[in-house]
Formats: sequence, C-alpha cells, structure tokens
Amino acid sequence: MSDEPISQAEKDEAAYFAERAKAQGAASPGAAPEAPAAHTLFDVQEMELNFGPQHPSTHGVLRLVLKVDGEKILEVKPDVGYLHRGTEKLFETETYPMGIPHTDRLDYIAAATNNHAFCLAVEKLLGVEIPRRAQLIRVILDELQRISSHLVWLGTSGIDLGAVTPFWYAFREREQILDFFEEYCGARLTLHCMRIGGLPFDLTPGWTDRVSEFISDLPARIDDYEQLLTDNRIWKRRTVGVGVISGEECIEWGLTGPVLRASGVEWDLRRAKPYECYEELDFVVPTRQGGDTYDRYIVRVQEMRQSARIVRQCLDRLEPGEIRGKVPRVIKPVAEEVYASIEAPKGELGFYCVSNGTNKPYRMHVRPPSFINLQALPRLAKGHLVSDLVALIGTIDIVLGEVDR
Amino acid sequence: MAEEEQTPGAEKPREAARPVKREAADASGHPWVRSIRAAMPDAVVSAKEFAGEVTVVVAREAIARVARHLKDAEDFKYCVDVTAVDWKTREPRFELVYHLYSFSKNDRIRVKCGAADGEEVPSIAGVYLAANWCERETYDMFGIRFSGHPDLRRILTWDGFNGYPLRKDFPLEGIDTGAAIYPEEWPEGGGPPKNDPNRRFVP
Repeated sequence: MSDEPISQAEKDEAAYFAERAKAQGAASPGAAPEAPAAHTLFDVQEMELNFGPQHPSTHGVLRLVLKVDGEKILEVKPDVGYLHRGTEKLFETETYPMGIPHTDRLDYIAAATNNHAFCLAVEKLLGVEIPRRAQLIRVILDELQRISSHLVWLGTSGIDLGAVTPFWYAFREREQILDFFEEYCGARLTLHCMRIGGLPFDLTPGWTDRVSEFISDLPARIDDYEQLLTDNRIWKRRTVGVGVISGEECIEWGLTGPVLRASGVEWDLRRAKPYECYEELDFVVPTRQGGDTYDRYIVRVQEMRQSARIVRQCLDRLEPGEIRGKVPRVIKPVAEEVYASIEAPKGELGFYCVSNGTNKPYRMHVRPPSFINLQALPRLAKGHLVSDLVALIGTIDIVLGEVDR
Repeated sequence: MAEEEQTPGAEKPREAARPVKREAADASGHPWVRSIRAAMPDAVVSAKEFAGEVTVVVAREAIARVARHLKDAEDFKYCVDVTAVDWKTREPRFELVYHLYSFSKNDRIRVKCGAADGEEVPSIAGVYLAANWCERETYDMFGIRFSGHPDLRRILTWDGFNGYPLRKDFPLEGIDTGAAIYPEEWPEGGGPPKNDPNRRFVP
C-alpha cells in the first residue's frame, strides 16, 4: 500500500533538485556583472533556521541548524550536548553497584533496559550466573519497559503530527505499567530495579496476577491505537514515504532497533545474541520492507504485541527460587575488558567496561542507540519539508538523556 | 505493599562467593586475526580472547586499512562503536577501541590501537559512516585527533571548551569555562579553587 506515495515523494524530490540544479546552472555561466535581479517570490532563497533546543517536537533539548529554501530542507546539522552530564566520568568515580542509578538517567523512559545492559556487562566481566527466576523477572521488566517506551513514542510522535487522541490512550496504559514498576521497586521512572548478579527484590504478592491481567487486555488496547492511526488517511499522508532508508544504508549508518527492522533487516539482539532466557521464548521479530516512517510505526506497534507475548510466556514459567546469583560483597572483577549489549527499545544499547582490578570501573563507555541513530537524521531529512522533519525526529525515537549522557 | 516481607530476604547475608578467576587466552591463531595478518603482515601487534570476545591490537597507522579489510573481506559491515581509554601512565597513553559486528558471522570483533598524546589516528569515518560521530565524541572527550575525518568538531561540549573531560587528569568538579554564574563563589579565571580540599581526580 505504501508503494505509490513513496514514488510520489521521490518524484517530487527529484523534480525539485533537478529544477534547482537547472536554476543554479543557468545562473552561474552567464554570471551577470550588472545589478543582480531582484528576488521573486519563487526564487531559491536559502535561509538558516534554528530549530530547538526548546522546540517541543525535539523531545528534549535537541538543536538543529537547518538550511532551508522556503519549506524545503537543504541541510540539517544536529547540535547535541545540551544535556551532557558526564555520566561516563561519574561511572569511573564510583563502585560498580553505584553506577546503576546513573544508567537510569540515560534513557530515562526505559530505565530497566539500561540497568540491565549495565549489569550484563559487569556480570560478563565477573562470570556470574543469574538464577532462572531472576532471568525471567528481568525479561518481564524489560518487555514491560519496551511496551511503555513504545507507548510514549506512539503518543508523543502522534502529537507531533497532530494526532492528539492516541496520546491519551497510550499514556493510560503506560500509567499502569509505571504502577507495576512502582509496586515492584518503589520508583516509576528512575527504577534502579536490577543489581549485579540478579534483582534487588522478589515480586510482591499478586503482582504477577495484575501484570497478567494487563497483558491479556493489551492486544485489544493496541487494536484501539491501530484503529486511530493505521488506516488514518492524515496519518498516512504524513508518514508514508517520509524518510525512506534502505537496509544497507541503515547498516552503514549503524542504525539499529525498529529503524533497522522497518528497512527489511531482520536483526534483533534478543534473537541474534540471546541473553538471559530469550532463546527459549517464542516470539517474532517484526520487519517491514518500506523503510519509511509509516513502516517504523508498524514495526513498533507489532513489537508491543510481541512483548506482550514474551511477558505472558515468562509469567507462565515463573517458579519460586533465588533472585540473586553468587556475587561477592565487594565487586572486584579481573583486570579485563568486555562489551555487553542488549536490544533496548531504541536499538542496541551496549556497555564497554574496562576493569583494572579495583572496585571501580577504570572506564565505562555507553554505546547509546539514540546517539548513533540521530546521526542519520540529516540523511533522512534531505529534501523533505520542515514539517516532515518533525515526523522524522519522532520516528527515530531519540531520548536526549541518552544522546548527551 | 508487601515490601516488609521482601526486604529482609534480599538483605540476608550470603556466603561469600569468589568469582571464577578467568584469564584471557591468546588468539593469534583466530581466523580473523590470520586474515588481517595475511593482508597486512605488519599490522597485528597482538590478539587475545576473553569471555568469547576477540580483541586484536593493531598498529595505529594501519587502523583505517584494517577496518577496510575487515569490512570488505571479512564482512564486518556494522561499526558498533568507537571509543578510547586513557591509561594515564602507560606508553602510549591512549588506547582507541573499535567494535565491529558481522551479520553473517553473528559475531563482534574488537580492534584496538594505541596513540600517544598529540598523535593523530587515521579516521575510519570514510569506511563506516557510523563512526563519524563516535570519533567526534572521542575527540571531544579525549582530545585525540583523527586525520582524514570530514568534520572533526566537538560534539557534546561546546566549541572552545577548555579541556578534555574523560582524560584522567581532568578534575571531577570541572574547570573554569569562563561562564561563571556566581563569581563571588567561583572567581572568574579561577574556576574551582585550586586549594579546595574536595578537588579530586578519578583514580
């Protein structure tokens, strides 16, 4: 269904650039030394425009310097760093367990997955085994977090494009997920819900029943959002054919997560390099072939459905047991280096950890999906309109806490 | 809330368990390492394997060629990450770390090279587009310059920022940036007082 408008947009783009080249080519050879002609209304008039850092659609403090010709974007220069807090430096000053709360503040709408990636890196360095119950609960928390992150994305990027209604529904469900987190660990956003070697707490009584009920309801709720958007003509006009990128280009730019999968590359770290108990779980990695904003929307919606399936399977497998592996009181890994990564809601989130044998990491580097994905924005936005840029910032799903660290 | 029942269980002292002492193994016989060595006999300095991860240390001048070789011949199409480590007392001082991933092999390789303070490292941004911002960040945080980079500017701090935050000799409190809001507490030009007992450095 997405074929015809994509080609239309491409045609527009090609026609526009051909026209511009012609206009410029015609102007330069006969470079008139006499008085320059007065600009008419339809001349190419380049202008620099600051977009952000306080613009609501930049989802934080992203500044873009645009070079525009009327509504057409000629060049985008992202300017990041407004939220830089030196997290990697802070990791070096504190012991391993003290680093976990800092990870909450990276991608602050998906704290559980950040905690998880950090813990995985240190666990890989220590070589500890995680008890099965802890693995299952970690996966449940991860997938709930993925659903909530995608819901935030769905609501806010919908609002950016003028679809205000889905926001209220998406945040209704997200609220429930945050309540589950609150019940589990006491926090709603900055969770600090994992520890090196396992989990801080066991589940509270009745938690699994409530999550189970929510998960049963979720597919019907997702149907509701889809009813509002999937076949909505305005939504499709704003998203189909906007920011098309091929699979090979995605890999070249290092794009991961739903962006990559919407371009036809079936690659998900949960499947490619399974961690915890993902290899025994039955789920589909949703992919689409179009590589445009609409396909990225479809992929994320499908991922929520798959996450619900994963949570259901984990809940069925839960059995009483230990929630923490055998980890020494003072964590002093061997002087080595590891890289561990997980499939975060936004893509590959990795931690590169260098130890020098003391109780503090010598170097802890974050490989943030948002930062790397944002890099491709100029490529995606080229030749589109300024209003499409809003759709594109939404579609790569950045969180500035993670971009700037 | 049933935290009362949960918390004591979690805080119960467990028997002290030592993690298994593990050591890195030599990986000079690994097919990827042999492949690099076959293409560029002088490039490989050393190779090791730890926790299932292969690390190859190569010569600084060869890094871009090694990246190109790994991308074209060994199918490492995806540049995961570029960063650096400041070893402060070691020689050379910095260690550049590149993580590459191959979809066909479903595996990662870590390539490293050393660089002394002030030495330029060949940029791999021409090999992998993804490395562009990573190298800018490394330059911003460590002050390592990449030769041949298309747009080597600071990225997370601002142009004209005085210092490289992730170097080990950069004080944790920060430095005077000339943008003091409370000049009586933070005198202009002085930054955090030099005799501040709280002034500390990362170990």
